[in-house]
Amino acid sequence: MLELEARAEPSRLMSFLSPLLAVVLMLAGGMLVFAALGKDPVEGFRIFFLNPVKDLYGLSELLLKATPLMLCAIGLAIGFRANVWNIGAEGQFMLGAVAATGVALHFEGSESALLLPAMIVAGAAGGAAWASIPALLRTRFNANEILVSLMLVYVAQLLVSWLVFGPWKDPDGFNFPQTKMFGDAALMPVVLEDTRLHLGFPIALAVLVAGYAFMNRSYAGFRMRVAGEAPDAARYAGFSAHRMIWIGLLLGGAAAGLAGMGEVAGPMGQLTDKVGSGYGFAAIIVAFVGRLNAFGILLASLLMALLYIGGEQAQQYLNLPSAISMVFQGMLLFFLLGSDVFINYRLRLRRRAA
Amino acid sequence: MDASLFTSMLFATVVAGTPLIIVALGLLVNEKAGVLNLGAEGMMAMGAVAAFAVTHHSGNPWLGVLAGMGAGMAMALLFGVLTLTLMANQVASGLALAIFGVGLAAFVGKPYEAVALQAVPPIRIPFIADLPLIGEALYNQQALVYFSWALFWSLLWFLHRSRAGLVLRAVGEAPSSAHAIGYPVIRIRYLAVLFGGAMAGIGGAFLSVFYTPMWAEGLVAGRGWIALALVVFATWRPLRVMVGAYLFGGVMITQLFIQGSGLQIDFPSQLLSSLPYWATIVVLVAISRNANTIRLNSPVSLGKPYRPDA
Repeated sequence: MLELEARAEPSRLMSFLSPLLAVVLMLAGGMLVFAALGKDPVEGFRIFFLNPVKDLYGLSELLLKATPLMLCAIGLAIGFRANVWNIGAEGQFMLGAVAATGVALHFEGSESALLLPAMIVAGAAGGAAWASIPALLRTRFNANEILVSLMLVYVAQLLVSWLVFGPWKDPDGFNFPQTKMFGDAALMPVVLEDTRLHLGFPIALAVLVAGYAFMNRSYAGFRMRVAGEAPDAARYAGFSAHRMIWIGLLLGGAAAGLAGMGEVAGPMGQLTDKVGSGYGFAAIIVAFVGRLNAFGILLASLLMALLYIGGEQAQQYLNLPSAISMVFQGMLLFFLLGSDVFINYRLRLRRRAA
Repeated sequence: MDASLFTSMLFATVVAGTPLIIVALGLLVNEKAGVLNLGAEGMMAMGAVAAFAVTHHSGNPWLGVLAGMGAGMAMALLFGVLTLTLMANQVASGLALAIFGVGLAAFVGKPYEAVALQAVPPIRIPFIADLPLIGEALYNQQALVYFSWALFWSLLWFLHRSRAGLVLRAVGEAPSSAHAIGYPVIRIRYLAVLFGGAMAGIGGAFLSVFYTPMWAEGLVAGRGWIALALVVFATWRPLRVMVGAYLFGGVMITQLFIQGSGLQIDFPSQLLSSLPYWATIVVLVAISRNANTIRLNSPVSLGKPYRPDA
């Protein structure tokens, strides 16, 4: 009979292998899903996982999709490490988009080279401001940041929809819920010719590096790790819990806001009521699958981006709803959480007593 | 306010509060056993879509409710395997369940998006439904409204008057002691998690089959999360869950009535629609600011994994 037996200490090997195991299980599970839906699993695999990356344009689209995921996830990971559960990146993402759009619309027609940097600052500030609400309510009133940050996602969505149906609606937009298209000076420059890959991608990479430096090389990052792994030790050492909540939420909000800015000033070129497309929630999965560290998040965001694009391909060629992406993403996280048991336990075959 | 407006607002408030009551009471049992399942939103979404599909194909809303309950339980079982058997982190697993459930429901429900169901007629309770003002509002209601009341009374009895309820609470407060005196902690937690899933599924079924007889992506709209907040607001007491749920129902309904009243008020509808979410935040703040109330009332082992032989 199979039994779980506690390991003397957590296995480092397994903590690397478990994401890989999760990916393999997800692929296998995915083939089963295709078969269950009456599609040829091999064909499904090819269209879902290989089609999206078969040429340079496909790869650039993959990096484009990975950009917001990477940004949101690295910000969330900083908080998660200190047990600050910011679940509202989706809302902070939208507020970043709103703030950046505000700047773009206010300086409409401007050709200043300062416009884009101003939008970047506004985006990060917008996200951070939205995240400061749960931070304030948590530190001042002990209100659970999971629930507060989540409620604010719904509020943010309604705020965006009010703006694009109301004061910011494009008068020449045939009544579509969207703002005017941004001018050239308010758009992220493309970094790879003939693709849509824009400046946001190198920025996201830079933020990843900065996130790595913060978490692994700075004293503040060290304190946050200790607080997450050994709360009692952190309290004994006198690390301020309030400061960590603020840092975790503000950095998470700023990164998510930046991601939102990158979407409106990048591929969208305007604000619409569809701006929040689940990146903030998917980033939670990215953060966990990436083991809350920068390099892992880089890989995990590429994988998640592949799942998104694969979903679009499945919609186009297999006639499946694109929501199938979320099914794969959920499976991935479940398999990861499940296989993590092997970090602390090993399987042992034990004979039943006769 | 004239009498008929009062009656219809009360009626609508009760309807809006009902799914919150059912789901939050289920979560309360979960948490009393020491398990924190943040996946309510996902379980509700799956319950809603399963109930809708089965009702649509069978024409029988009760089969639909059963299917919703089953779907919620299946999701809860997944959560139970992860957190109780494989000892995964409860917060992360719950979030995963929420994200996954909402996504899977969107996927499964795609073909049903343009379909409408026939409205289920309310059940009129003889005599008391004739009471002035409140009769029509309270006693000419959907069957699940009565179910939510029955659930409340049974839970009140179960948690505070029955031996099984005592054991359940012991498992949430001091799992190792409960284990030491011979109670199967993990099995009891599984039952509590499955019960939570069943109630979340029924809550979802109420939304898609009775409340708005249709399915759309985003139908649950945060009600699962609001139910979780309600349990905190209620400091783990069933009566306060009821009060809180109707309060939220009232906020949702007032906001709808203002929008539908045709009053020329200078306030955008989207911002009015955000009121229930703000209300949740305000109430959370109000109740959490006294850290002692939360600490004294929340089950001691809430969210902590337990392994008998460790």
